[in-house]
Amino acid sequence: MALSTFTSWFDQPLSAQYYSEDHEAWRRALRRFVDKEISPFVEEWEEAGTFPRELYKKAADIGLLQLGYPEEYGGVPKPDPFFDIVTCMELARAGGGGVHPSLNSHSIGMPPILAMGTEEMKARVVPAVISGEKISALAVTEPTGGSDVANLKTTARRDGDHYIVNGSKTYITSGIRADYYTVAVRTGEEGRKGISLLLIEKETPGFTQTELKKMGWWCSDTATLYFDDCRVPVENLIGVENKGFSGIMLNFNSERLGIIAFATGLAMVCMDEAVAWARERVTFGHRLMEHQVIRHKIAEMAKRILTSQAMMERTALQMHQGEVPVIELSLLKVHATETMEYCAREALQILGGMGYMRGNKVERIYREVRVYAIGGGSEEIMRDLAARQLGL
Amino acid sequence: MKILVAVKRVADYNVKVRAKSDNTGPDLANVKMAINPFCEIAVEEAVRLKEKGIATEIIVVSIGAQAAQEQVRTALALGADRGILITTDTDLESLAVAKCLKAVCDNESPDIVLLGKQAIDGDNNHTGQMLGALTGWAQATFASELTIDGDSATVIREVDAGLQTIQIKLPAIVTADLRLNEPRYASLPNIMKAKKKTIDSTTPADLGVDVAPRTTLLKAEPPAERKAGIKVEDVAQLVDKLKNEAKVIS
Ligand SMILES: Cc1cc2nc3c(=O)[nH]c(=O)nc-3n(C[C@H](O)[C@H](O)[C@H](O)COP(=O)(O)OP(=O)(O)OC[C@H]3O[C@@H](n4cnc5c(N)ncnc54)[C@H](O)[C@@H]3O)c2cc1C
Ligand SMILES: Cc1cc2nc3c(=O)[nH]c(=O)nc-3n(C[C@H](O)[C@H](O)[C@H](O)COP(=O)(O)OP(=O)(O)OC[C@H]3O[C@@H](n4cnc5c(N)ncnc54)[C@H](O)[C@@H]3O)c2cc1C
Repeated sequence: MALSTFTSWFDQPLSAQYYSEDHEAWRRALRRFVDKEISPFVEEWEEAGTFPRELYKKAADIGLLQLGYPEEYGGVPKPDPFFDIVTCMELARAGGGGVHPSLNSHSIGMPPILAMGTEEMKARVVPAVISGEKISALAVTEPTGGSDVANLKTTARRDGDHYIVNGSKTYITSGIRADYYTVAVRTGEEGRKGISLLLIEKETPGFTQTELKKMGWWCSDTATLYFDDCRVPVENLIGVENKGFSGIMLNFNSERLGIIAFATGLAMVCMDEAVAWARERVTFGHRLMEHQVIRHKIAEMAKRILTSQAMMERTALQMHQGEVPVIELSLLKVHATETMEYCAREALQILGGMGYMRGNKVERIYREVRVYAIGGGSEEIMRDLAARQLGL
Repeated sequence: MKILVAVKRVADYNVKVRAKSDNTGPDLANVKMAINPFCEIAVEEAVRLKEKGIATEIIVVSIGAQAAQEQVRTALALGADRGILITTDTDLESLAVAKCLKAVCDNESPDIVLLGKQAIDGDNNHTGQMLGALTGWAQATFASELTIDGDSATVIREVDAGLQTIQIKLPAIVTADLRLNEPRYASLPNIMKAKKKTIDSTTPADLGVDVAPRTTLLKAEPPAERKAGIKVEDVAQLVDKLKNEAKVIS
């Protein structure tokens, strides 16, 4: 529906062109869940650097963790990518913070297992994770590099019924609390053809974690992982040896769509906050909104958000129709995170000194701009990928 | 035991509703809609009665525009078994709604009809009482606790003076107050399952009900904006102003 007098991005009905009654129903359910179980506590959890583990259970109770998993494991198959968009937008509405990345780390940890794991592994791991009992993480990035996945250095050497794993991973989301780690290791030759994926469990001897402090996402547990002669049973190999690289690639399209939706949702929160403030705050005898320079900042935010949103929905439709829009997703990820960056900057500016104080959404989102611009494929890597795909 | 629950589609409680610029009513274009919160409490109560093994079937009914199907679906996702949608584009008054519900009661013979005590749009607080009069059944409005015992029910009502406990014979009409329960969230699996539940569509005419309005809305306008107050210098000035300007003391 076309925009009209603005109150909030989140008061707008979903566009009937892409969304159905089911999306609206899910959106309503999630909104109530987030308003009751997350929003009132985000600030407190951020300051504490953690959130209660029982939130995973609560999220499973409403079906948040099950979206996109087969019914046989207790999941709810995802009819289309627009469900992801609705999910990310509603969680973003709480205004950033580390809840979502940790709560949702299974969305990158589980797909390789679902696509390539044995029946036994899936039946053991998937139901436990999507019911909120166990936590799943993906560990690809290493201290020596994250963008250049094909050159990872952690090794897994076959020894009878086990692999012996040595090396380390870093910046791993849910790295402290996860029970199951989907870990990329080198089992063969250099480059992408020598990479495998192993399921490594928390209690494995020789496996330790240390927590990292971050610029944003404070209540998300991020860690460096160390593997020191870890013995991992060969049954824990995910898929075929030396064919793990494609498993890592499996994640990227849906992960990027999620980042795009989240960044767009956070940009919307920034504009909402800026509008509310500018309509109230009086300087020099006028409301901020009456100063042209402020109105134009906000119009510019709306302009950029609208383009992110339009492109996101178009790209989601392409994905739903079975296309693999790699170029669109890469460039849109850059655009959406730049939009978030712009909106966070300008909203904070409009909030003035208040915006710089902790305890408001814009301040938090401002600190979270970079993680969206770096994680899941950095700006430079995204542009380069698009350029290569365009045959430039 | 069969329970009929009525749900109304209203503007979401978070939305700041504005009057249309031509003053012909509230402007609901582009506004997020939801189940009336009190109706949601009524649905929740029915679902709890079913979980306790007291109710066997929950039928949810809504009367209004075709779009109210969304709210019927939400109630189905919360645990109702099937839906009835009575569609009309007429602006409905409470009496018209009560008559439609009476017709549904005649067809379905529920043991209990659960409604919200009022809808947050018109805030009329009529429909349950009118339905009570039309059916001749017992009514318990403003319920904050409902206990079923065989063919009677004990209801604690929230009244101005405090709480009143009454016993009523079934079938009965019960309207939900805020503290009756705290509604659950519809879960994703239940939203998906609700798609497979049936919603029967009908119209007031098919039910033999005349919904033509008996009253006319003359004008809808926002409340006058409050003028800024003033600060008085001292008590003497306050007394003076109350006496001579506001004329509230003499
Ligand atoms: C909070 C947080 C959570 C994370 N969670 C996880 C997780 O759960 N699991 C996981 O595996 N990883 C995770 N990561 C890691 C993330 O995926 C990496 O940070 C990202 O891939 C970039 O890798 P890097 O940090 O090693 O940077 P590098 O790869 O060292 O790159 C540094 C800079 O150089 C640029 N650059 C690199 N190569 C090129 C090139 N060829 N041309 C031009 N520029 C280039 C990059 O764009 C970047 O700006 C997380 C990161 C953060 C910050
Ligand atoms: C960490 C910190 C330390 C500080 N320390 C001190 C201190 O020691 N002493 C002290 O007195 N103050 C201090 N300040 C306050 C600081 O000087 C103010 O934040 C600053 O002057 C802006 O005022 P404001 O925050 O009230 O924003 P506002 O004046 O409300 O302005 C909000 C936004 O609107 C814009 N704006 C305002 N008027 C107009 C206009 N006419 N046209 C266009 N745009 C307009 C502003 O540029 C700003 O972007 C501090 C602030 C911070 C964040």
